[in-house]
Amino acid sequence: MFKRLVLVWLLALCGGSAQALSPELATRIVAGEGDERVAALQQAVAAGDASLAPFLRALQDGRVRLKGGQALVMAQGQAAPPDAEEPMLNNRMRREIDAALAGLDLLSPDRATRAKALDTLRDDADATKLALFERALASEPDAALRRQLSALVAGAKLSSSDPGQRRAAATELAASADPATRALLLDRITGETDPGARAAMQSAIAAIGDRLAWGERAQLLFSGLSLGSVLLLVALGLAITYGLMGVINMAHGELLMVGAYATYSVQQAFRTWAPAAFDFYLWLALPASFVAAALVGAAMERTVIRWLYGRPLETLLATWGISLVLMQAVRSLFGAQNVAVENPGWLSGGWALLPNLTLPYNRLAIIGFALLVLAGMALLLAKTRLGLMVRGVTQNRRMAACVGVNTAQVDTLAFALGSGIAGLAGCALSQIGNVGPDLGQSYIVDAFMVVVLGGVGQLAGTVYAGLGLGVLSKLLEGWQGAVLAKIALLLLLVLVIQKKPQGLFALKGRSVE
Amino acid sequence: MKRAALIAIALLLLLVPLLHLAFPPGHALHLSEFYVGLLGKFLCFAICALALDLIWGFGGILSLGHGLFFALGGYGMGMYLMRQIGREGQYQSDLPDFMVFLNWKALPWHWALSDSLVGQIFLALAVPGLLAAVFGWFAFRSRIQGVYFSIITQALTVAAMLLFFRNETGFGGNNGFTDFKRIAGMPLNTPGMKVGLCIASGVALIGCYLVARWLTQSRWGRILQAIRDAEGRVRFLGYDPVAFKLSAYVISALMCALAGMLYVPQVGIINPGEMSPAASIEMAIWAAVGGRGTLIGPVLGAFFVNGTKSVFTAVWPEGWLYVLGGLFIVVTLFLPAGLVGLARRFGK
Repeated sequence: MFKRLVLVWLLALCGGSAQALSPELATRIVAGEGDERVAALQQAVAAGDASLAPFLRALQDGRVRLKGGQALVMAQGQAAPPDAEEPMLNNRMRREIDAALAGLDLLSPDRATRAKALDTLRDDADATKLALFERALASEPDAALRRQLSALVAGAKLSSSDPGQRRAAATELAASADPATRALLLDRITGETDPGARAAMQSAIAAIGDRLAWGERAQLLFSGLSLGSVLLLVALGLAITYGLMGVINMAHGELLMVGAYATYSVQQAFRTWAPAAFDFYLWLALPASFVAAALVGAAMERTVIRWLYGRPLETLLATWGISLVLMQAVRSLFGAQNVAVENPGWLSGGWALLPNLTLPYNRLAIIGFALLVLAGMALLLAKTRLGLMVRGVTQNRRMAACVGVNTAQVDTLAFALGSGIAGLAGCALSQIGNVGPDLGQSYIVDAFMVVVLGGVGQLAGTVYAGLGLGVLSKLLEGWQGAVLAKIALLLLLVLVIQKKPQGLFALKGRSVE
Repeated sequence: MKRAALIAIALLLLLVPLLHLAFPPGHALHLSEFYVGLLGKFLCFAICALALDLIWGFGGILSLGHGLFFALGGYGMGMYLMRQIGREGQYQSDLPDFMVFLNWKALPWHWALSDSLVGQIFLALAVPGLLAAVFGWFAFRSRIQGVYFSIITQALTVAAMLLFFRNETGFGGNNGFTDFKRIAGMPLNTPGMKVGLCIASGVALIGCYLVARWLTQSRWGRILQAIRDAEGRVRFLGYDPVAFKLSAYVISALMCALAGMLYVPQVGIINPGEMSPAASIEMAIWAAVGGRGTLIGPVLGAFFVNGTKSVFTAVWPEGWLYVLGGLFIVVTLFLPAGLVGLARRFGK
């Protein structure tokens, strides 16, 4: 029995590498005082022995036994010898073993394994692993991983006991632009005793901070633009139905929701019948969400809103009723829980501009999409026959009717168009947020804010107001937090309506009340 | 019809204590505690509907922010009730539980009057009244009308809701106030107290009704209605619409605050949910279903809509939003004068 175990042990050693982990070192890792065991482990790691990893895994799995002052490794499923003792593993030892294994993974031929090991080690860079990091750096072929590794090396040097080396490391790290490096430096500077190293760290922190500040500013601007483009998309539909037609549509948010659920349905259909073409589902979902919302909008106009033209308060209440019915209908059809809409492959991920600035593809796509929809709408209103008739009817309904425009039909078409654009916005929203029955409720106040701020009856104001509100609310959020920013914006809306009921960018004109 | 409804409410108020207190539980004529509470709630809602009708039906101003005044009144009462819990809370502290939880050491400044019932009642009326006066003055002076007024009142209410959701505001955050124990030293959880609060709500409703009737029949009320129908002409005749609209708005806000004050001890909880936009818009439908521009209509509407809601939430909860949404649509399209108008049409 004992002989067979030793045989397994030796095989394990010889199988790995010529540079074998000595049985004496293995025993020191397994038994003894805590500090000595950790030291032995670090010694073994520094030696970088290939047979260490299997041994450590066996130790983690509880397949190592102590017998007569010797460490024994058992094969998978093998019964332990009766008189063998199981080695103690306290939390500290476990942590050290994890770190050691990750360190060993740094030398793995597989890139993914190495990247994962780097992630594990990022917060655990201490001087004892310096030799290992440097060896890994020397053999690392991948540029991105090399960069991370050299940061690790510098981090490890920061914990060196030699002040000169600490200072050199801090100077080296000053070239970084990684928030994690800054955090590491901030952490180390509190315990630093050497004035030279301290000064070097201080200037490194400042240098990184400068570099990060740009990324943060750009990040803020980007998220503002992104929010602005979302608001713009949501408000564009409203710019037609409310801005041009004067219909207060409280169910506008629910039309967004209809578009989002249409996207979800198309996604499910692709998943069921054409999983191979899943990445293209969005191309069908866009027209589907437009049509679905436009149909709901047309039905609303024909059955309810048509009878309430010129009575805005009644329209407000009736459309609120419609929004309740639509929400409940979605709950009945799809359930009250949020549904999952996945980004197609080409929209997931992002464009890493700076270490602390990644622009997600889906948000970039929405900014582009909002501009496209805006351009399409502007063209439609300015250049097509339908646009001409819509403008005619909204400017002077009776005159338009006199020259032969079917105003009732134009109303329905215009309302359906505004609703369809809301559907498109819903499709876009499904790519960046939750899709649930309450989706519309969270946007309706913002959307009205954009239209009211932008001024009734024109597109340009809607654009300024949408983008401006987006950037402003992100700026306020960065300064005072999301809730206070929202409150500030709502109060701003109240003030603007007080001063300029026709909107900030309203066309000048003469009208009574 | 009006007299009949008033008598009906008065009779209800006489019958409820009789049926609840005089007959023991299990007796065929015993009215359970649940229904006493329900009636009390409905009476408070009816005050709200009446208040909203005063400015919407008679002044033509649709406020979608009356939930804010209701909630402010409720919070004012809630602060007093929280202090009445004394040391019986979970942490056995003089401070309300949520303050202990937030690790506060002393009452914030706006709780200064919370030990006195009179002081808190004063606050619960003064704060919403003042808010309505300031907000209304700015709004009416800038001649904000119609939908714009509705939207900014809604924005104000949403802003207040977000503010009250925050813990730092000192109103219990998400959870609001609950677990009340007593009022003016008397325990809340007794049949006598429940009946008392219910009757108080009824008396308040009748009082508000009488005030509203007196107001609407006065010269003030007639000018208010003229402003509703043709504000420009009234202005050209030499009246200042701001004063009339503003006074109507403030009175309406005060009524709502009163309703909130009576509501909180009966349901035993107040949280920022009362300020959600949906809650305020629902008040509008109570008034619209009953019949705008009449005083008895909103009272009937509040009872009708909330009664239907109670039935549906018990029998078919998913269906309630369809019914409520349908009510909004049907009433605006087909019943501009609400139930009262319907009754009149059949009466002829």
